[in-house]
Amino acid sequence: MSIRGKIWKFGNDVDTDVIIPARYLNTSDPKELAHHCMEDADPDFTRKIRPGDVILAGKNFGCGSSREHAPIAIKGARVALVIAESFARIFYRNAFNIGLPILESAQAAAEIREGDDVEVDIETGVIVDHTTQKRYQAKPIPPFMRELLTAGGLVPYVRRQRQRAGGR
Amino acid sequence: MPMTMSEKILAAHCDRSHVKPGDLIEARLDFVFANDITAPMSIRVFKDAGGERVFDPQRVAMIPDHFVPNKDIPSAMQAKELRDFALAQKLPHYFEVGRMGIEHVLLPEQGLVLPGDVIIGADSHTCTYGALGAFATGVGSTDLGAALVTGKTWFRVPESMRFVYRGKRGAWIGGKDLILYTIGRIGVDGARYKAMEFTGPVIDRLPMSDRFTMSNMAIEAGAKVGLIAPDAITEAYVKSRAKRLYTFYRPDPDAAYEAVHEWDISGLEPQVACPHLPENVRGVSELRDIRIDQTVIGSCTNGRIEDLRIAASLLKGRKVAPHVRCIVIPGTPDVCRQALAEGLYQTFMDAEAVISTPSCGPCLGGYMGILAAGERAVSTTNRNFVGRMGHVQSEVYLASPAVAAASAVAGRIAHPDDVSSI
Ligand code: SF4
Repeated sequence: MSIRGKIWKFGNDVDTDVIIPARYLNTSDPKELAHHCMEDADPDFTRKIRPGDVILAGKNFGCGSSREHAPIAIKGARVALVIAESFARIFYRNAFNIGLPILESAQAAAEIREGDDVEVDIETGVIVDHTTQKRYQAKPIPPFMRELLTAGGLVPYVRRQRQRAGGR
Repeated sequence: MPMTMSEKILAAHCDRSHVKPGDLIEARLDFVFANDITAPMSIRVFKDAGGERVFDPQRVAMIPDHFVPNKDIPSAMQAKELRDFALAQKLPHYFEVGRMGIEHVLLPEQGLVLPGDVIIGADSHTCTYGALGAFATGVGSTDLGAALVTGKTWFRVPESMRFVYRGKRGAWIGGKDLILYTIGRIGVDGARYKAMEFTGPVIDRLPMSDRFTMSNMAIEAGAKVGLIAPDAITEAYVKSRAKRLYTFYRPDPDAAYEAVHEWDISGLEPQVACPHLPENVRGVSELRDIRIDQTVIGSCTNGRIEDLRIAASLLKGRKVAPHVRCIVIPGTPDVCRQALAEGLYQTFMDAEAVISTPSCGPCLGGYMGILAAGERAVSTTNRNFVGRMGHVQSEVYLASPAVAAASAVAGRIAHPDDVSSI
């Protein structure tokens, strides 16, 4: 799966309250959530981005609460991918579960600049910055997580497993 | 092969004699739960995944605690979704308003989460039960929804880090100060993906309520779990409450840890985490000039009876400063009953604090104490992110009930001694 889009850059420790503030958690409608994505860090974020764009951040992206509303808001805003130096544990798990691609690369997180035009192959983890002509290799996605992504998230994965178990 | 606590508990839940960090396992779950924010999505996932009956109704709880009593129409709709599901599934552990408390105070109190358990909750502070010696961790709604169907979930076995606390614990120093100090030292991702184990002579003598406070905030260092080996203090707490059998797992003395931190906490002063990250920790005396508008005493971190007693001891015979709102939120109905019986309500009312029904309330900027632009709160909660308690230009300082109560009286961030000597 290949992605091409513009980079929107954020810092370290972007927490889930910034990704989607709790005042909007009285709904779980992805469209509604997407509308407020990253609002407290950049009030115009959802107006500025284009479908297929990429969020780039430092360490510990998605720290804080377990709210799945966070990756859902990002996916709902039609951000195609998040690249970060590292991700907080629950966010990492949630992203795969709902089928939001994420990649870890400390070098890409440090060097790629806001507004750069990047092309990313999710399977191989190769990131090409067309603005600077630089290439980066993200950490490979663990095999089990890749299975989840291929299945389309945890729900289809569980459904498939249940069917298999039932068919035996 | 020696194992850490997490490794032992996880091995026992996937029928293996031994697991090691990095192993991917599927573990049996002893208890799963969700709240009014996370349950609606989990319920949809449960149905999508083909779920008809939850795997074991005795091992499931639904707790509407975040925006309940309903703060607005959308929250009422969410709470209803959870209630309807609980009724349809005949879940014995559904907690309606009046019986509802903050999940992480309520579940241990009711003896529903126990030592040796593997537990997932659709809430990040599920790690609180590590204080009982349970492998308990927060997950998202999808993981929880799938677990409602299967009673199982996958884990990557985490590396373990050991934290040893030595020395003499000072008069005002509790679990909150120890955990803030720890996060201040290692940072908000210092234990990312890891299991923290809190040990040492200080922990051996630490009361259960302080232990819960410490394990509660393991997630604020990025950890998967924050464990304390069960002992006589644990036994005294669970014995009369437990609704099931439980098992004590203790780490092997020669188990392998990725890191060991050993700290002498003698002379440590009360700790405060400044905006906007729980790692911005300073000693309270460095912050004495900071004027405040609100204090919040409650939450899953510090909403237990012991916390209210400490706050009341400082508020007794004193008044909250005229420009300050002091909001006290007991964690559960039992905490309310106990506080009432001990006269703490009278103390709080006389001090001109306000007492709420059990709820998460302002902790996550829900309701009942939202901050305006430019306002500052000292709070016993666990997160001080930008906008956590209201306006993006408001500020939250995290502290113990003692510091919060002293600050309410002083009208500025205060050391408990500043007030108790007045
Ligand atoms: S009290 Fe605060 S941290 Fe605890 S469960 Fe409620 S919202 Fe979360």
